[in-house]
Amino acid sequence: MSNYLVKRVLMMIVTLWIIVTLTFSLMHAIPGNPFASESDQLPEQILNNLRAKYNLDQPLPVQYVLYLKNLLMFDLGPSIKSDSRGVNDMISDGFGASAWLGAQAISIALVFGILFGIIAALNRNKWLDYVAMALAVMGVAIPSFIMAPLLINYLAIKVTIFPVATWGTWMHTVLPSLALAFGPVAVITRYMRASMIEVMNQNYIRTAEAKGIPMWIIVIRHGIRNAILPVVTFLGPLIASLITGTFVVEKIFAIPGIGKYFVDGIFNRDYPVILGTTIFYSAILIVTIFLIDIAYTLIDPRIKLTNKER
Amino acid sequence: MEQRIDPLFRPLTKNTQANVISRPSLSNAQQVIRKLIKNKLAMLGLVIIVLLVGMAIVGPSMVPYSYSDQSLLTKNQEISSEHWFGTDELGRDMFARTWYGARISLTIGVVAALIDLVIGVTVGGIAGYMAGRGKRGDRIDTIIMRVIEVLYGLPYLLVVILLMVVMEPGMLTIIIALSATGWTGMARLVRGQILQLKNQEFILAAQVLGAKFTRILLKHLIPNTIGVIIVNLTFTIPSAIFAESFLSFLGLGVQAPVASWGTMTNDGLGVILTGDWWRLFFPALMISLTMFAFNVFGDGLQDALDPRLRD
Repeated sequence: MSNYLVKRVLMMIVTLWIIVTLTFSLMHAIPGNPFASESDQLPEQILNNLRAKYNLDQPLPVQYVLYLKNLLMFDLGPSIKSDSRGVNDMISDGFGASAWLGAQAISIALVFGILFGIIAALNRNKWLDYVAMALAVMGVAIPSFIMAPLLINYLAIKVTIFPVATWGTWMHTVLPSLALAFGPVAVITRYMRASMIEVMNQNYIRTAEAKGIPMWIIVIRHGIRNAILPVVTFLGPLIASLITGTFVVEKIFAIPGIGKYFVDGIFNRDYPVILGTTIFYSAILIVTIFLIDIAYTLIDPRIKLTNKER
Repeated sequence: MEQRIDPLFRPLTKNTQANVISRPSLSNAQQVIRKLIKNKLAMLGLVIIVLLVGMAIVGPSMVPYSYSDQSLLTKNQEISSEHWFGTDELGRDMFARTWYGARISLTIGVVAALIDLVIGVTVGGIAGYMAGRGKRGDRIDTIIMRVIEVLYGLPYLLVVILLMVVMEPGMLTIIIALSATGWTGMARLVRGQILQLKNQEFILAAQVLGAKFTRILLKHLIPNTIGVIIVNLTFTIPSAIFAESFLSFLGLGVQAPVASWGTMTNDGLGVILTGDWWRLFFPALMISLTMFAFNVFGDGLQDALDPRLRD
């Protein structure tokens, strides 16, 4: 177990290092420089000072080593477009909103996905099942960047229950969370339904029924516990898609989260910001997948990490 | 004395019906098609796919406007007999734009998925074939799998976004960016299939009977993998189309005046407050229809190809 953990942590560090190197070289492969628009108007001396400030006067390998050194101290460097604020400031500014939004969306997705999946499985081929499955198909078909305008149109413009955009009270968080959670709810419903149907056909369920245990206890104790495993494996890709989903949802709802800084960084070609946020997102994703793998062994005692075949 | 025979030991009369084949024998492909046709939802998906592709081909020439014809006299018009899907703020006909966008979106989706298919099947096939073939073979497999593992660990859309930032925006760039990371899923799948098949008895039997490698590959390995590959393809096409609209929505996709469903959705979102619903409705509907059609068709195909679900 501990051997496996050490191996996994090393692997995580290597993956992250590859991501850093890859993004760093991509960002520096772009022709031109960040001060291209100013270079006609500014005197040579100021330009040199600017380059020195961002270490751009150093040769590329030196810049790379400097960047890695700063990264080890969790310093993601300065932003080029807004000179007083670093990438760290942006991430710490945006983290609250993004994390809140993400956590709320995941909670909605898990609770409703699992619930709908169970309801559909227990009422197989009845109307409740068809309703849940229709919802699941819709969730796959309607991406978050279409769901968000739909929600705005119906729940904020036609019927003014929720605010159209921006961030502030809890009411502001409802529509973006729903837009973000809609797809994942659908996928979890499908997974949960399929695995619940399989579990409920197992012999141990029949045994439990024969022993006269009430149905709802069987479902909770034996059904859900076994059926939830495929859902847990799906959490990794789910979180990845939620993170990328936050870019558009934060843009549509004008939420001051990290996604907004990332998208603004793309538009402004602010390379340190793109680099920093990418590394931050990747680190979060890699750590989450690692935690999910550990959680998996805790839920399913049959799996031993050491013999795990990947 | 009457001889009593235990019914258990009474000789059976010959049953001539037992060995009669009651149904015409069907080849594998025939069975799959029969099951697929019975699946109404999958057929609906197929019909929608055919309609969308058909409209992408003929749609732009059904109206006398091109996707980029501007006419300030007829801007922001609602749907009418003149402009079936309305017009945008530059007076461009939305019907022509929607189906022109269909060409762009569908082309990107299909081409990116096909590139994924070619790279994925080749790399996955090599890795699966090499694994367990001496030290050198194992090493090749390990290297390939390490590369795939790292690429798989990267957040897919994030990498695509980074590539799009670095390269010139345009259709070709999107296809390159999408296939740069997209092939790993297919490669993992094919490798797993080949590894599993390689160790099965019927392959061993074929080897014992003296079948050459090419025969094993063509008659056993490929036919047993092709179903999984096709099913995966029906899921990679919509995800590539989704990724394209996602990128275009963020402003990283195709550049104006070229229109794709993603850019049109983004434009439509900008005017949602003014009540020009048709600007958002048609491209958003087309994206959703495409995702729906490919996904239900893929699901149906998966069920039809699954030998455990055969009736």
